[in-house]
Amino acid sequence: MPPIISTEIFMNDKILLAHGSGSKLSHDLLEKILVPPINNSILARMDDAAVFELSGKLAFTTDSYVVSPIFFPGGDIGRLAVCGTVNDLSMSGAEPLYLSLALIIEEGLELEELRRIIESVKNTCAEAGVQIITGDTKVVNHGKADKLFINTAGIGVIRKGLDISGANAKVGDKIILSGSIGEHGIAVMSQREGLQFSVPVQSDCAPLNRLVSDMLGASRKINCLRDPTRGGLAATLNEFARQSNAGISIEEEKIPLHDGVRGACELLGLDPLYIANEGKLVAIVSPADTEEILAAMRKNKYAGGAVVIGEVTAEHRGRVVMKTRIGASRIVDMPTGEILPRIC
Amino acid sequence: MRFIDEFRDAGLARKLAHRIAAVSTKQARLMEFCGGHTVAIMKNGIRQLLPPTVQMLSGPGCPVCVTANSDIDKVLALARLPDVTITTFGDMLKVPGSYSSLQRARADGCDIRIVYSTQDALQIARENPAKSVVFIGIGFETTAPTVAAAVMQADAEKIKNFYILCLLKLTPPAMKALLDLGEVKLDGIICPGHVSAIIGTHPYQSYARDYRVACVVSGFEPVDILQAVEMLVQQIEAGKPDVEIAYTRGVKPEGNIKALEMMQKAFDIRGATWRGIGTIPSSGYRLKQKYSRFDAETAFVIDPGPVREHQGCCCGEVLRGVKTPADCKLFAKVCVPENPVGPCMVSSEGSCAAYYQYGDFHER
Repeated sequence: MPPIISTEIFMNDKILLAHGSGSKLSHDLLEKILVPPINNSILARMDDAAVFELSGKLAFTTDSYVVSPIFFPGGDIGRLAVCGTVNDLSMSGAEPLYLSLALIIEEGLELEELRRIIESVKNTCAEAGVQIITGDTKVVNHGKADKLFINTAGIGVIRKGLDISGANAKVGDKIILSGSIGEHGIAVMSQREGLQFSVPVQSDCAPLNRLVSDMLGASRKINCLRDPTRGGLAATLNEFARQSNAGISIEEEKIPLHDGVRGACELLGLDPLYIANEGKLVAIVSPADTEEILAAMRKNKYAGGAVVIGEVTAEHRGRVVMKTRIGASRIVDMPTGEILPRIC
Repeated sequence: MRFIDEFRDAGLARKLAHRIAAVSTKQARLMEFCGGHTVAIMKNGIRQLLPPTVQMLSGPGCPVCVTANSDIDKVLALARLPDVTITTFGDMLKVPGSYSSLQRARADGCDIRIVYSTQDALQIARENPAKSVVFIGIGFETTAPTVAAAVMQADAEKIKNFYILCLLKLTPPAMKALLDLGEVKLDGIICPGHVSAIIGTHPYQSYARDYRVACVVSGFEPVDILQAVEMLVQQIEAGKPDVEIAYTRGVKPEGNIKALEMMQKAFDIRGATWRGIGTIPSSGYRLKQKYSRFDAETAFVIDPGPVREHQGCCCGEVLRGVKTPADCKLFAKVCVPENPVGPCMVSSEGSCAAYYQYGDFHER
């Protein structure tokens, strides 16, 4: 019996509804394609729930990934799904340990594409040092999903004595940005819309847990930490300003930008402050320890371009104000709605 | 980045600001016609660098904002027709018509797609022969040549399922209408950069000559705009209104001859309805008889229903420069980008959106 089914899986190079039916075909998909690359002792038990032991204060998060296209310059939905959850845990001061992986697959997805995605999940997990310990697969009718949606949840252990929160910014603190902004959003957008720029932009999608470890190794005086994903740097800074009821002042000149992102934003009328990142973080840190933290960051491959972009002030509480290049100042507000390219 | 960094140079910007302050003694009320200029002025905080004698007003130069509710209703009525695919620039998506918006119509199941050029729309028509693909032709003289090119191409390729809803508008008649209205006494106009790249500076001559208004065509970077303001202030101080180009790297006095020829071949001039101003004679384009089979208004029976205006919305006054966004009672209170009452809060180049997004925090 089983050989017939596995012939079918290889004869059919596409995902069928039957792959999600709980039948032997489903098992075949799991055992041949999905599990082997990411297997580990907890996952291998294949029980209804992953069973493991942890102690201490825990952080738990979940996120769904619906990026289109599923492959984009610099990454894919698999890498993104691991990084996103690893980074959410890291930003609360946790050491990420275990992830779940749930796939919602549109019927007709090329098996080869699925293989590549799982390979990417595996590589990213290895890079971050985390394990997938439970998962789920569903297949939906053609047109009911866009190729592949992924949900990951993650659990991590909070380092002892840490209190990192968006509400902890104090007047005088420095604001550190780990590198240039807007690359993920522009990379995905250019791929999706078939826009070709002379300076190609790669997504910055990366797991940041080791960077956070390096930073905490240099100093524990990190008050706020967040990865500026959707809504970009502007959203993250506004969240800090509101949660901490503090003013945030930044300087336009200090914010690093890749030439391709600048060019694309000029062309499309977009503001890089509002464009998504997937491998950057913003830290609000004690002024006394800023240099040590910066030095540690710059040694990490994902934060070579870390810089101080501004500071927390007692003025304009709850607001983010940016000094423009020509020396004037303006509000940087929360983004609103879908970011759309301009008309002319 | 070349052609950008040198025009954002902080030292140069400050030097220009000092020169403007040193020269300016007379009241100078300047209007930037173009929404792109409004955004650049707000985003860079240029008003903060100008002396109190120089006052900047925003004009009606955002094509989305000046689109009348009745025209947006037409777009929505078209979208609801069976087998119609609407293709549009992204800015139009959120603009409220009388009762709905394209964004909402899309959620209701209408086939509405964002495109980046008329060529994209044409491609969608080629790929979907069973659909009627309508491109929403909104824009000024900058967009018009690309619409003309698409129609000519569709004609040459004998594409039968491609249509234009031609809502194109012309800039000079609107500027003249504002000057004729006389509600705001203008001393100078920052003339649009991209529009002027197409039409040249000839259309502005009569403003300087007959209305005694200084005219300078500007680019979109801070240094460009400050240079244009300096040239305007000097004309005003000298009492010699003229037409000058500060944006010499983009604009020639004669404009873009080829684009102008294409526009002449494709369009006839007609009156158009502008939000806030009303119907302005000879201020819009319609497709010429030769291309009428591509005209969505001819090809489809469109029934948009009765028009409803938004209560309390000052977009009209804002577009005429009579009010600033902050003068509107709804601004930043009821009318915010996530819940826009009027189009000026929707479009990325709308005055209200620019003031809201980039405004000086003391004004909020």
